[in-house]
Amino acid sequence: MDFTYTETQDMIRDTLARFLGDTYDFETRQKFINSEAGRDPAIWTALAQELGMLGASFAEEHGGLGGGALENAIVMEELGKVIGIEPYLPTVVIAGGALKAVGGAQADAMIPEIIAGNAIIAFAYAEPQGRYDLANLRTTAKKDGAGWVLNGHKGVVYAAPWATHLLVTARTGGNQRDRDGVSLFLIDANLPGIVRRDYPTVDGSRASEIYFENVAIPGDALLGGEGAGLPLIEQIVDEATVAVCAEATGVMQKLHEGTLEYTQQRKQFGVPIAKFQVLQHRMVDMFMEVEQARSMTIMGTLKLGLPANERMAAVSAAKAKVGRGANFVGQNAIQTHGGIGITQELAIGHYFKRSTMIEGQFGSVDHHMDRYERITLAD
Amino acid sequence: MDMEFSPEDLAFQQEVRQFIAENYPAELRGKQDEGEELSKEDFLAWHKILYKKGWIAPAWPVEYGGTGWTPTQRFIWSEETARADCIRLMPFGLAMVGPVIYTFGTPEQKARFLPRILSGEDWWCQGYSEPGSGSDLASLRTAAVRDGDDYIVNGQKTWTTLAQHADWGFFLVRTDKDAKQQEGISFLLIDMKSPGITVRPIITLGGEHEVNEVWLEDVRVPVSQRVYEENKGWTCAKFLLAHERTGIAGVAASKRGIEKVKAIARTELDGDKPLIANAFFKRKLADLEIDLTALEFTELRSLAGPNAGRGPGPESSLLKIKGSEIQQRLTELTLEAVGHYGAPYFRGFGEGDNEHPIGPDYAHRAAPTYFNTRKTTIYGGSNEIQRNIIAKMVLGL
Repeated sequence: MDFTYTETQDMIRDTLARFLGDTYDFETRQKFINSEAGRDPAIWTALAQELGMLGASFAEEHGGLGGGALENAIVMEELGKVIGIEPYLPTVVIAGGALKAVGGAQADAMIPEIIAGNAIIAFAYAEPQGRYDLANLRTTAKKDGAGWVLNGHKGVVYAAPWATHLLVTARTGGNQRDRDGVSLFLIDANLPGIVRRDYPTVDGSRASEIYFENVAIPGDALLGGEGAGLPLIEQIVDEATVAVCAEATGVMQKLHEGTLEYTQQRKQFGVPIAKFQVLQHRMVDMFMEVEQARSMTIMGTLKLGLPANERMAAVSAAKAKVGRGANFVGQNAIQTHGGIGITQELAIGHYFKRSTMIEGQFGSVDHHMDRYERITLAD
Repeated sequence: MDMEFSPEDLAFQQEVRQFIAENYPAELRGKQDEGEELSKEDFLAWHKILYKKGWIAPAWPVEYGGTGWTPTQRFIWSEETARADCIRLMPFGLAMVGPVIYTFGTPEQKARFLPRILSGEDWWCQGYSEPGSGSDLASLRTAAVRDGDDYIVNGQKTWTTLAQHADWGFFLVRTDKDAKQQEGISFLLIDMKSPGITVRPIITLGGEHEVNEVWLEDVRVPVSQRVYEENKGWTCAKFLLAHERTGIAGVAASKRGIEKVKAIARTELDGDKPLIANAFFKRKLADLEIDLTALEFTELRSLAGPNAGRGPGPESSLLKIKGSEIQQRLTELTLEAVGHYGAPYFRGFGEGDNEHPIGPDYAHRAAPTYFNTRKTTIYGGSNEIQRNIIAKMVLGL
């Protein structure tokens, strides 16, 4: 048993932390998230080409560093610490994960493009009626000669305004909520018939509503088996979910540190408010949530390779714990800061917005408690 | 003891319902439903209708323009206005400085200010908190120095809600630097158009411009605009804070809030059923309703119990703590209910922007409202301070 990071992993973390320290201070971040594009593309390019960071979790044969989920977790945690909006999650963790899982010519063609920073891939899976059920799909792909024709509406697709490609879940058979008949496609983001409505999100990113109107897609866009995509989709969403837990850990750590720092500076009744025991205990509780989030992220990450049921139980345990902890830490960071915590001026409020939205990403606490119970507590 | 309305109360309830149905501005209702930010005129539209009807200040003594309603009638009034989703009247004049003026003010001050509060001609704001004085309000440093018949005021206030609309402000200022903290404070009424006043916006997490910084540089304020004695302003401040805390329970508004969450949960789907059928969600709603019932009956006991009519005491801290926590849980449940559509950021309708916002109407402001509502456990004396008050004043610790 060994819970230490390898030298390479330490190096990845240090390199990234240094780079983000130089490029991603709060004021700079605010400037580019409020710009028209909503991001600074040079950062993504630098992550790829100067740091080689986008290859950390890919095999050496594709030009990567030979890492996997732990490397993804390291990158996500560091991005969390700066409330980064870089599309690492959909591009590397999700699309990269799907490509690694299916392998073959599609992986050979696309993974090097991801590593080089040329491809940004958004994950178009959610639908207005579907909530967190990955199989609840009205989007359809109908066979048409060698290819497919795509129709439907995907909601709140993070990073879609920046994407070169879309990873789309669609129904190729079965009824709206069937497990069978779900397929996964990787398509060019600018195909005729794709209509996007872009908007900012409350946590500083950009997203789109995407409407597919008779979009003709080639046969080789299909990833994995026709109609048998759900297990693969569940797997990559689980990988994404622990990656979000890792991001949450970084966000929570900063919320806690910021609160510690503030309470030692802020004086009321003649003393720093950190002297008040009621606040000390609260900050201890926050600290314990951060530590447990880190533990559950590692647990979930290490169990990603287990058989589906064990993997799902582990991921749901992690997300439920982290989701609750993220809310607790975020809410108490604001409460302890007082009014200044609710303004746009301080970074703390922006960390709080992200910690809030993390709770619902890839399933709320309730959703994951329910999935955990169904797997581990069946009668 | 009983909790039934008398026939007179029921008749009054009917009268109130009918009045609201016939008089509430339709345009305002539309803006509320769309989640639009409200203008000064929007806020005042309902105020002016109530003023005309004579129902603007149910809590005030009749001699100053109150309605003379019984506590039960006032309860019915707040229930019915919340049930009909009427906007909350701005409290700064009606619920804050008005009661201070009719309790502590001179006859001249009463005659000058109270009628304009009732009519809505004067919009008031509250100059209490300072950057260095939040929970420790008595440490405030904005200073007023006597110069003939005037004070000259210098300092900075913050979190001044809707000061951008204000005609007048009530300010706590230090008039004696050497006295014990609470004993050197005075309560001044200041014309917001006075030379030397600068109002700067503070933008909050949902993107709203609701609060401000107010800077005072050599602002001249006639001594006749000081309420109560010099250096006795803390008495007014405490009186006002206790009043502020009662309103803060917000029972009727939270009841309405629960109905809204239920409506959302009946519309949102969870698999092939509405979200409200989800056992976990339903349990949280039930929990919230039960806690709200506990708050309601605690408030009713203070309204119609043995201490009724003696004015709010330290028990109002309990109402503030529980009321604010419930308001926050409501916004949390709403955000949870809307699922993915909490994420799109709706910035309001810009000039010439006809596009419908993303997602269902009830989702547009779910996240910003959740962010913004974190303020309720902070303002009006943070909940930590309220617990200190209960510990000291109620438990005698």
